[in-house]
Parts: sequence; C-alpha cells; structure tokens
Amino acid sequence: MKNYTRSNEPTPATCPACGLLCDDLILNATAPISIKNGCAKSIAFFEQSFQTSIAESPSLFGKPCDLNTAISAAADILRKSKQPLFAGLGTEVQGMRALMRLAEKSNATLDHMHSESTVRNTLTMQNGGWLTTTLAEVKNRADVILAIGTDIVSSHPRFFEKVVWNTDSLFNKSTPAIIYLAVPAENTKAGITPNGTASTMIPAEAANIPEIVNALNALLINKKIQAEVVGGVAISALLAVVEKLKAAQYAVVVWSAGSLKFTHAELTIQSIVQLINKLNETSRAAGFPLNSGDGDTSINNTSTWLSGYPTRSRFVNGKPEYYTYHFSTQKQLKLCDALLWVSTFNPHVPPNTDTPTIVIGHPNTQLEHKSDVFIPVGIPGVDHTGLMFRVDSSITLPLKKLRDSHLPTLSDVINSIEALV
Amino acid sequence: MITLLKNGKIYDPAYRKDGVVEDIYLYQGRIVPKPLDATKISQTFDLAGKVVMAGAIDMHSHIGGGKMNIARMMLPELQQKQAQETKNLSEPEAHICTPHCSHHTTHHSIPSTTDTGFRYIEMGYTAAFEPAISPVNARQAHLEMGDTPMIDKGGYAMLGNDDYFLRMLAAKKDQKAINDYVAWILHATQAIGIKVVNPGGINAFKFNQRRLNLDENNSHYQVSPREILQSLSRAVHELGIAKPLHVHCNNLGAAGNFETTLNTMGASDGLPMHLTHIQFHSYGTEGDKKFSSAAAQISEALNKNKHITADVGQILFGQTVTASGDSMMQHLNAKHANPKKSVIMDIECDAGCGVLPFKYRDQNYVNALQWAIGLEIFLSAEDPWRIFLTTDHPNGAPFTSYPHLIRLLMDKTFRNETFAKLNLDAQAMSNLTSLNREYSLYEIAIMTRAGASKLIGLNDRGHLGVGASADITVYTDQTDREAMFAKPDYVFKNGELVVRDGVVTKVVWGATHTAKPAFDIGVEKDLKDYFDKYQTMQLDSFKISDDEIAEGGRGKIITHLNKS
Repeated sequence: MKNYTRSNEPTPATCPACGLLCDDLILNATAPISIKNGCAKSIAFFEQSFQTSIAESPSLFGKPCDLNTAISAAADILRKSKQPLFAGLGTEVQGMRALMRLAEKSNATLDHMHSESTVRNTLTMQNGGWLTTTLAEVKNRADVILAIGTDIVSSHPRFFEKVVWNTDSLFNKSTPAIIYLAVPAENTKAGITPNGTASTMIPAEAANIPEIVNALNALLINKKIQAEVVGGVAISALLAVVEKLKAAQYAVVVWSAGSLKFTHAELTIQSIVQLINKLNETSRAAGFPLNSGDGDTSINNTSTWLSGYPTRSRFVNGKPEYYTYHFSTQKQLKLCDALLWVSTFNPHVPPNTDTPTIVIGHPNTQLEHKSDVFIPVGIPGVDHTGLMFRVDSSITLPLKKLRDSHLPTLSDVINSIEALV
Repeated sequence: MITLLKNGKIYDPAYRKDGVVEDIYLYQGRIVPKPLDATKISQTFDLAGKVVMAGAIDMHSHIGGGKMNIARMMLPELQQKQAQETKNLSEPEAHICTPHCSHHTTHHSIPSTTDTGFRYIEMGYTAAFEPAISPVNARQAHLEMGDTPMIDKGGYAMLGNDDYFLRMLAAKKDQKAINDYVAWILHATQAIGIKVVNPGGINAFKFNQRRLNLDENNSHYQVSPREILQSLSRAVHELGIAKPLHVHCNNLGAAGNFETTLNTMGASDGLPMHLTHIQFHSYGTEGDKKFSSAAAQISEALNKNKHITADVGQILFGQTVTASGDSMMQHLNAKHANPKKSVIMDIECDAGCGVLPFKYRDQNYVNALQWAIGLEIFLSAEDPWRIFLTTDHPNGAPFTSYPHLIRLLMDKTFRNETFAKLNLDAQAMSNLTSLNREYSLYEIAIMTRAGASKLIGLNDRGHLGVGASADITVYTDQTDREAMFAKPDYVFKNGELVVRDGVVTKVVWGATHTAKPAFDIGVEKDLKDYFDKYQTMQLDSFKISDDEIAEGGRGKIITHLNKS
C-alpha cells in the first residue's frame, strides 16, 4: 500500500461508523486493526478503511483512467442531463456542501440511501413536532429507558456502555431500568445491568407495535381497555410500563425509524411522541430517535440550512423544492436521465439502472455493473478531515485525518465537476 | 484606487453628524482621509441629496444554529407558501445572485443561509449577531453563519443553565474561577458575548420545574436566577468584555412578567446588562382579560437605570416561527402554536430549545396589544443609545420587516392609522396614540448603527470615521420610510459596491467577530475531568479552532480588544 502512509504512533480518532460519533477512540495499529474504545462497528469500519487496495484509480466503463478524464466524463454526463438524481449521499457536511452547489447548478434531485427511515421521523416532526433529548442528558438523567422495536446496540453499539451503565452521573440517579418492547430476546443482552439485573421484556411481533403503543397511550390517560391482551401483550404488562414511565424522574423513549418496517410507520412514531408529550404534562420524559448512518443526519442538516429543506428535495432552475413521496430514489430512478451515486464511508453500490451512472465513493467499491464513471475518493475521518452531526443532531464533531492518502476528497472532485458543468 | 462618495448627507451619530453634507473616501476596504492627490480617485459616486449611513448592524437576530434548522425542517409548508408568493411577484432584473433569491418580495421567516445574507445586505445591513449559541451547538451555528454570504456575523454564547456553571455556583466557587470559565467558553465557541436565557429555568425544567421566578431556587442546585445574573454580569464586566451580559429574563410571555423584568434590572448591582426582546417581558395583568401593557413602567425603569440597555423584539402581524433557547416557557406556550406543532429539546446538560410556529393576528387581543407594547417602549425610551431596533427575528417577525417597523417609528400618522385597525379591546388598553414622538433619521442611525456597534464593541463598524471599515449604505430620502429603508441605492461592504438599487451585484463573504479575553488555562484541568466523567464528547472536540471559521479562506475571524 505504497499510496498511504500512517505514523505508527497511537492516534486519536473520531468514528463515523454510527450516529454516536465516538471521539474517544485511539487507533493503535491497522494491520491487524487495534483500537482502544472500539466496538464491532468501528473495528469493521476502520478495518475496511485500512484495507483499501482495490480501486487505486478512477475508471471509465471499468477501464482505469486518470482523474481529469473521469471528471470530464462525469461533467459531460451531467451537462447532457436534464434531470439528474444525486443518490446515496453517503458523506459529511463538507461533501454535502459541494454536492448542494452542484445540485443547484444541474437541477438535480437529492435523496439519501437511508431516507426511507429518515423520512418517517421527519414526517412526524413536521406533523406535530416532538420533544427529544441528547446523549449527555440520557447519561446523566435517564432512570427509565424504553426501547421500542430496537435493541439500540445493533445500530449504535456503545449506547449502553457509554451513556447507560456509566458509573459517573451528575445527579446520583439510580441505575436506569431498561424496558424492551417488541425486541427479540436474543438481542437484549446489552440491557442487563452490570450487576446482573435483567431488563424488562415485553415480547411482541414488530408488526404489533402500532397497536401496542396506542394501548400505552390509552392506559396513560386512564382509558378503560376491554381486551386483556393487545398485540399479543397482556394489558397488565403494559400498565406496568405506564406506571414505570410515570414514576420516572426522566424517562427516555428510544426508537429507530429504520427498524419500524411497516407501512406508515410515521403514524406509530407520532403515537410514541404523543405518549412522551402526555407524560410531560406532569413529569419529565423525552424521545431519542436513532439514525441510520452513512451521514444521514449530517446531510439532512446541511441541506436544510442551505436550501431550506431536508432531503428528499430537488432544484428546478435553482429553486429548491421538497416532496418526500416523489423525490425518492426508487421513484426517481425511473424518471432521471443520469445518476450520481455517492458513498464515501462504505463501499455501497448504486441501484441497478440503465441510466448513465457516475459513482464517486469508497475505494473498496466493487461495482457489479460497470459504471460509466467511477471515481474513488478519500474516506472522511480516515483520509481527510470532515464534520459530522451526531445522532441527536445538536452536536457536530470534527473528523480527523488518520493517514496521508493520494485520494482526492469528495468536495475536490465535485467542485472540479461543477466547474465544467 | 480610491472611491469617492461625493456630497452625501451624512448621518453618523458616533461623530454627531446629523445630515451634514460631506465627502467620504474609501481605500482598501477602509474609510480614509481626503487624498492629497485627487488623480488617485478612480471612481466617484455623486450622492447629492442622498442619505448616507454606516452599514446597519442587527445586534439580535437568530440567523444560525440548531433551532433555526429545526424551524426550517419542521415547516416545509411555510417555506413552500412563501416561495410561491415570491414566484407570483415579478422577477427582479437580471442579477448574479443565486437564482432563487427573492428580492424584497416576501417576508421569509426562516430563510436559508444564502437568503439570509442576501436579504440583509439588500436592506443595507452589513452585520448580524446570533444571540443564542448553545456552546455544544456552536459548531453548527458557525457552519450556518459560514454559509451566510454578504454580511459580518458573530454570536453570544449561552451560559447560566449549563450544569458546569450551576455546579460552580452551588459550590460557591470564587469569582475568578467563574471568570476563567466564562472566558474559556468565549474562546471555545468563538463568540463575542455571553447570554443567559431564562436564568436557571431551562435547567430547572429538566428537573420538572415549570416556572422559575427571579428569587426562586432551582430545585437541584438551590441557586436563584438573581445569583446567576450577579455572577455572570460580574464575570462579563471583570473580563472586560464590551458586550454587556445579554439577558432573556425569566417568565417570557407570561402576563404579569413586568415585575420580574423590573426586578431583573436590579439584579446586577449596577453592572451593565442588556435585556433582550423586552417587549415579551413587559406584560401586566390588568383589565378583563388579565393581560395589559406595562410598557410605561418598563420604559420608566429603563430611562432611570443607566446601566441597562434593551432591544425591543417588536412583533408584527403575520405567520412566523418562534425559536428560543427557553425550553421551559416554550413548552408552556406550545398550546398557542399555529400551526399546532412544537419541537422541544433538552440539550446535553448545556441548554435547551423550543421551536413553535406562531401567527400574530391584528384582531387578536393579545397579539394586537403586544404590537402596541413594543411601540410604546420604543417611543417612551428616552435614550436611543440604550434601545435597539429588533424583532427578535424570527420570533416577533422576520428581519425583512425592519423597513416597515422603521416607518412605524418615524411616521406617527401611519402608526396611528395602523393602530386604528387593530382589535378594539386592545386599542382601549393602549396609550399609543398619545405618544407623539417620531424618530429622526439620526436616532434611527443610532439604534441600528452607532449604538449597536458601541454595545457589542465592534470599534471600526457602525460609524463613518476615518479608519472605519467601509461598510456603507446610501438611501434616497423618501417620505415613505418603509420604501426608503427597504431598497438602498448603494451598499458598500469593505469598500466594495455589492448592492445597487436594492439588488446584489457582487457576492462577498463577511467576517466573524469574536472577543477573547485572557484567562487562566488551568481552568481546563477541571473541565477535562468534567467532560471525561459526565459529557459524551472529548473536551478537545468541544473547542472550535480558528481554522474552522476561516474555512479555507472564505471566512475570517476578527477579535475585538477588551473595552478599556
């Protein structure tokens, strides 16, 4: 790997592999990978990052070419396109800033690879709003945590280690009680307290979550429920949950829009929000929506301040428009006349399409179909610095550069393309 | 390459110039003395009859940071409506800004960062200050301000609800330790001032307290808002920070809150404090509806207490969104949201926020009276150097309505005609028509330029003296003051012509103003322990470097010296 150099000293790192954005990592060695404070996701991420060797150069139809040729070819595709789709969008703030300028110039539609999940939360927020909290509040205040349909750790591995089972908290609170609702038992080991106390399990099918959350709402406002079982759960068990939430000093309800895989899940999220709002009439509670990664929170925030809208959006003659239904990758793939796919954190490949395709992404990207243009770029937080939004959206942290690399940044490439479009 | 602005009528209160006809010379971004060699003048603008002022400075406008982005994200329907209204109006002449700019056609409550910069400069404003940066969110605030073109910017960092500070106060740490922490926060967040929002209240809300009065204790820390104000105003004063402590009082929006506001004026033991959006804190409980104007009491106290400055936070009718750090009061007021939705957040043992859309209606008793209360305060405040023109953008109204507000202040007939159309019960409860004052151009220049610059400590802005940064606005003197202030003939930013006839002709990027008083770096030892134990990020990640603001050359930091 002649093109990369890294000092052998232990190096502090910030991990972009999930929304927790842990900035307490120390990278000790890369082959084999050795990281202090690492987790399954960060180890996989850095391992993958430091094994880059597959695509050392850009290519046209699968044949290696130099960077300028690839940039010209990409600009050519966008120049000819009337309705390009910018999808994937796996990048951080700086990359998104560049992409937004190019999108405005080329009348592009913008959609993130995980927007199917993000949109469920956004629609909820736009419908009635919500009351949420951030990681340090959870760490210092939460005494009851209700996880609905998510084990939390699959997507955010260090959640319990960092903010739940910590021994230090500001207000001498009790060890949080963990309640899992509709989470498979085999995934709930992280919810066992360090001294071995088991969490409360409310087993249920994920498909029954809407019904169960509605029942929780009804019980919270003392509505009589005739049935003894709702969504496969005994009312007595749900009543116990409601009592715990009401008695909490600071209850936190966690959900992951990505794991609510039923239609109109936004209605269920609204129902969760309603539960939280009602609790706040007399006690304190807050929501904690998890994100899906690949820079989803970062690109939505950046898009919002630059254009006024989160994604899914598009520019028409420079004017931004927003429509979460029509501007999905799935719908736009049928309508667009060019696809720009971006995935810099992971080698995610674009959806299969006959449309002229530009892929700008992770150097390990293995394309099944030869894209018209492929440009490998640096991995943010490994090859270059960057800025990312944490899962709770309130915190933006800098990503560090961990090695010298010959790869250009996404921003450099996009800016060069923009200059030619 | 000297530019000559010839024969303009100069309104420059810093130099007591009230409409004198003078020439101004610009060279390399600064105002310079008359050159000895006239041949070096490369460009002359004949400004005979035109009104010339320094670029305006908005000392309180929510232009960047998490809550504004939440507002944008939660209200796409509002943006779409406002974009549609723009489209229906005639397009501006060809220009070089981004194609979606909508030249003074709409009052956009939550503009994108690009639009924020354009709309400000088109009105002759050359700087705006974000008044509510929560320290943990400062990086986002600066990112958004970094993407705001045309104008200078800066911000006030919020303290007084963060657990670190309240712990210090509860532990009775000495003032020096507090001062070091306050100075450290200014450095770490790249801010120019310190703000406190609902002192202690945002924190108390996290402990399930729902209201907090000036002398009521936060239930956990057993410290009162008064003690917080004493400690922070003293820190700001002793550190020599020019900008007085920026105070959003307890009990925002609540009927009867004027007493809290009056008492707050006394909380700093005579040290300077700035009470922000004071209109929202000037409500009495008289009348059938138990909601009345206390503008007279507030103005009287303001006139008497020379250590107090205030901005008004005028409301104007229409749809807007309120975005505040005051999670406690926003949660309480969420029932009034229109459309009915609200985003409330507890943030990182540091702060909070509450965002709710709001529609101020002229036939609504409370809204109509709020409108009148703001104007009553403007007209009763005797010293224009201590009162500032704001709408608390976007909370009272979007900043694009400043020209309208200026007309209300300068034109009594227009004001009284508008008043006569309001809710009749509200009219009966206001003495507005008995206030005959009309602001002069000189006084407007104080409120929006010289006074704001002096308050924040910008030194080389807000005036037209030799050495000043050449941020200059030129208006045509019109009897319709709204038309006049909406569309300047020329705006110069750092000596460059950037707006002609209200249209941006060149895109430039302003600087970020900061204050960085000296402090004992030893403060980081305890902070590091605290971050390692209780926070969820590293201390080093919290701090924003100068390079981050510089953004590869587009941004620039200007650090202002402490007041002498």
